[in-house]
Amino acid sequence: MNNRATATIHGWLLLLPAMACLALFTHWPAIASFVDSFMSTPRARRPARFVGLDNYQQMLADPIFWKAMANNLWFAAGTIPTSIGLALLMAVWVNDKIAGRTLVRMAYFTPTILPMIAVANIWLFFFTPQYGLLEQIVAAFGGRSTNWLGSQDTALYAVTIVAIWKEAGFFMIFYLAALQAIPPSLGEAAAIEGASRWTFFRRVQFPLLMPTTLFVLINAVINAFRMIDHIFVMTRGGPDNATTLLLFYIYQVGFGFWDTSYAAALTCVLLLLLALVAFVQYGWLERRTHYQ
Amino acid sequence: MSGAPRPQPAATTRPDPYAPKGLVLTLESTGAILLALIWVLPLAYAVWAAIHPAEYTTRFVLTAPLTLDNFTRAWAAAPFARYFLNTFILVTMILAFQLVLGTLAAYALARQDFWGRDIAFALILAQLMIMPDALIVENYRTLARVNLIDTIPAIALPYIASAFGIFLLRQTFKTVPKELDDAARVEGASPLQVLMKVYVPLAKPTYIAYGLVSVSYHWNNFLWPLLVTNSVESRPLTVGLQVFSSSDQGIDWAVICAATLMTSAPLLVGFLLFQRQFVQSFMRAGIK
Repeated sequence: MNNRATATIHGWLLLLPAMACLALFTHWPAIASFVDSFMSTPRARRPARFVGLDNYQQMLADPIFWKAMANNLWFAAGTIPTSIGLALLMAVWVNDKIAGRTLVRMAYFTPTILPMIAVANIWLFFFTPQYGLLEQIVAAFGGRSTNWLGSQDTALYAVTIVAIWKEAGFFMIFYLAALQAIPPSLGEAAAIEGASRWTFFRRVQFPLLMPTTLFVLINAVINAFRMIDHIFVMTRGGPDNATTLLLFYIYQVGFGFWDTSYAAALTCVLLLLLALVAFVQYGWLERRTHYQ
Repeated sequence: MSGAPRPQPAATTRPDPYAPKGLVLTLESTGAILLALIWVLPLAYAVWAAIHPAEYTTRFVLTAPLTLDNFTRAWAAAPFARYFLNTFILVTMILAFQLVLGTLAAYALARQDFWGRDIAFALILAQLMIMPDALIVENYRTLARVNLIDTIPAIALPYIASAFGIFLLRQTFKTVPKELDDAARVEGASPLQVLMKVYVPLAKPTYIAYGLVSVSYHWNNFLWPLLVTNSVESRPLTVGLQVFSSSDQGIDWAVICAATLMTSAPLLVGFLLFQRQFVQSFMRAGIK
């Protein structure tokens, strides 16, 4: 046996355990979801049969799907720019020599390590009508009592705020690392040229942070479609689906109604969205991002 | 020789011409501290409610008496000892498998030249984009078929091959000088011996960083464990806490806050002890 063949056998033997698990729990279920989305849900006396695009037609006519989609887009539009903006602001602040810098950094980072399911309980209390913390503050300023999580108008905002709180400190870490990697000589040169601090940030620091922004953006988009822990605790998708997001709807259809085929079709939509993110990342943004 | 690329240390002793001074510095510090206070508010509130009697849960009086009663009541109200044990077994099991599988795969991808390597790498990286949460329905079916539902291995299995871990270790192994590898082989070491004696010790910082990220992720994970478990014997802390706080016994915020703090305590203490490593490991995780 020649060297090349031995190397190939060795290589694949080393990869085997990891590849087997990935195939079983990532590749296969992704393909199976696609196949199942064209089948009917097997019931006790009716095995699954091919139904073509029926599940997708059902989806097009399903108001809750469109509601979940719209909610998810609003949720993304609310969380992504705000958490990235706050993260950048936090990073610039704790990169300077401000008072209590270490403590401030730690404060920003705490939501990242706290279990979302645990802190969601506390946020639930903040939003509680009548005696919750938010109510007490609003009442102190003479405002009206609001059922933040129980009202169609405010529930989605409430869960969006919690998501921003969870994410901003996490993204800050990446911006902080990137800011510290910018050579100090650039700042010195800009100061000699007489550039204002704002000009230095806008013309030098911000462009150099673009790769980080790209990385953070991709993460933020993926998170916007997967962050549902606090929805379980705070609203369970309610009131009247006002906070149902795509993944939560998949959970409801798959494990609440046991309509696995329809859940598979919804999963395919989610995977398609993620594939789109990947495509934008590798194709379009990558070329427009200025690297050092 | 330091594993994955490391961010450069903060600027030297040279003065930063754009460092804020005077009023600007005061304003910036005030803003930063105000935001920090908002950010720790949920945690601060949990501490307040947990160490005071229930009647002070919504009344913030500095002279309120202190008590540990809420912790004992929370501990007695749900089998938290069992939940802790389950979570501990879960994160240890996941990490152990992730490290073994990741090390073998990363070594093959970094240092073996063989047919199909690029395809294998692409197949592994696909997991970075397909989030496991999206595949809950099919993965549940798979585990139901082999009768593993409601066991701790069922929670762990979908996560033990981690594309992120393999990628991180592959990058690290690529920085190991080829001469060390060759020298070990001349001495007559087998490929596995080279891996264990040369590569693994040199990648220690990456292993620690990855370990911190993995443990905190799986300690906090909720959706998948919620689906696959339905008994006390297999439930991890996050699911146990949720079952506990949504039970019909009326909402007792003081006890819930105590339970919340207990659940997060190991990670919080770990964070305080390994603060630098935590933050650096997250940074390193981001830099490709």
